[in-house]
Amino acid sequence: MRNFLTLTGVRMRLALRNRLFIFFSLVMPLFFFFLYAGFFGKGNPRTVAYLLGPVIALTVMGSFWGLSTALVTFREQGILRRFRLAPVTSGDLLASSIAANYLLTLPTVATELVLARLVYHVQDFGNLLSVWVLVTVGTTSFASLGLVVASVANTMQETQIICQIIWFALIGLSGATLPFPSLPHVVQRIGVFLPATYLVLALQKAFLYHAAAWELLMEITALLAWAVLTFFMAAKLFRWEPEEKVTGNAKAWAAATILPFVLLGVWENHYGGVRSQSQSAKDSLRSGTRPGTSP
Amino acid sequence: MSGPILEARDLVKRYGSVEALRGVSFSVLEGEVFGLLGPNGAGKTTTVEILEGLRGADGGTARVCGLDPQRDSVALKHEIGGALQSTALPDKLRVGEALRLFAGFYRRHRNPGELLKRFGLEGKRHAFYGQLSGGQKQRLALAMALVNNPRILFFDEPTAGLDPQARREIYDIIEELRGEKKTIVYTTHYIEEAERLCDRVAVVDQGKVIALGTPRELKERSGNSTRIEVRLAKPAEDEALRGLEGVVDCRLFDGSHVLHSRRPPQTIVALVKYLEAQGNELASLEIAAPSLEDAFIELTGRRLRD
Repeated sequence: MRNFLTLTGVRMRLALRNRLFIFFSLVMPLFFFFLYAGFFGKGNPRTVAYLLGPVIALTVMGSFWGLSTALVTFREQGILRRFRLAPVTSGDLLASSIAANYLLTLPTVATELVLARLVYHVQDFGNLLSVWVLVTVGTTSFASLGLVVASVANTMQETQIICQIIWFALIGLSGATLPFPSLPHVVQRIGVFLPATYLVLALQKAFLYHAAAWELLMEITALLAWAVLTFFMAAKLFRWEPEEKVTGNAKAWAAATILPFVLLGVWENHYGGVRSQSQSAKDSLRSGTRPGTSP
Repeated sequence: MSGPILEARDLVKRYGSVEALRGVSFSVLEGEVFGLLGPNGAGKTTTVEILEGLRGADGGTARVCGLDPQRDSVALKHEIGGALQSTALPDKLRVGEALRLFAGFYRRHRNPGELLKRFGLEGKRHAFYGQLSGGQKQRLALAMALVNNPRILFFDEPTAGLDPQARREIYDIIEELRGEKKTIVYTTHYIEEAERLCDRVAVVDQGKVIALGTPRELKERSGNSTRIEVRLAKPAEDEALRGLEGVVDCRLFDGSHVLHSRRPPQTIVALVKYLEAQGNELASLEIAAPSLEDAFIELTGRRLRD
């Protein structure tokens, strides 16, 4: 536990000294915030509240990019090798990077909420406790995804390519860029297989409809199950040395992390209400009423 | 000195079809500086990494501080310190922070401030790791190896890639530790390091220990003969040179004839006469006292730097 806490502190300090981290974790999210709230939302408080869903989802999802490149750099430069000689476990290293990332994401999310209030006069933030739970579960799961990517990529170049593919799939098909109901029908059918879709929708339900955590049980459980599974895989596939190349078997294990959302996506495509719920959320901006949240 | 603090017996390690270690055995006594001397790829690093618990062996046994490096790896890490090859720290970590961070990982640890002072890094306490020179990074690596006041230290080629000045600084540190009776396992492919720093040396070649003893014992194996290295204007028969007065051995390396002689003055006179008779000439001549290099040549038929 002591190693975990010490490493968390050091990782936070290192991140704050890294210009790239500051850019991707603070400047970029705020750029998205002003783009969505000011340009797309035209500063309308209720629309801004609706758009806080995708904006905060983008902030939360960004975790995986930085964490994967940091871990690969640590491995390639022989930094992990140095830690390996000390009584430090892979669990200490992985958990501390997730915790550090989480603690550094919270101020960015808080800044976005404060700016929404001060600049765009959003009065009603819905259920902030649910927002906090979603940010926590979301950051943990996407950070773990980054650690899995780092474990299956052999070089920095490979990591960047995998991250880009995942990133564009996550933001393009989930409602994090275009509102989910505005996406073509076939894209929506694919989108329900992505964790990002559930994060965006759950955040919108929390902001717009004051949805309590228990009302978001499906989304929270799915993200949580995914977080546990991806963290477990990251620990299982962890490599200290750059010479230890990843095996085909390990890649198959890594691919298994998509299982919770494959099941959820299949279920959603048959019986689910994600598409209708996101449509209602969007429609409610016009009517200003709170529609039912049941599928 | 008491009993062995480290014992390696018949260590075998394979990487695919390559046999990196083919039965390495030696023991290290408490308080001695033990050298593993050999060319690159001889198996020194693999041996050290098995003893540190970082790699498993495919055969043989090892005990370090009474522990099995594989089975008791966590307990062992509290007892050992090391500077591995090709390691680094994050560029944006400050020197003082690095020592404090690692000190925090151990059950017992030394005062990081004192270590900085001792290793001449006090002025660099607030410097980022990325701003340090190669020599300063290596001094920090040695300081970090000592942070848990380990019972045994592993230094894997600590002077590799350093300039002569930085290398001398590392020698001073090792000699100081030697004076304090610290147990050190030191790998190197520099003969002069093994000769200068180590109490005993195991010569490792192609995954095997081919000789073991104090530097003096190893040198005596080369018959206490003087090395005479000559370059000739025209090629000469090794066999003919071997027949010269006093010569016990003669080998050709990169165009140089390396003769070992028990009676150097007579050998040189005989050599000059022989060359005159052959219409040959000396291009250069070097005479050196017996060294570990000669012992290595005798054992392997190769030069260490080949």
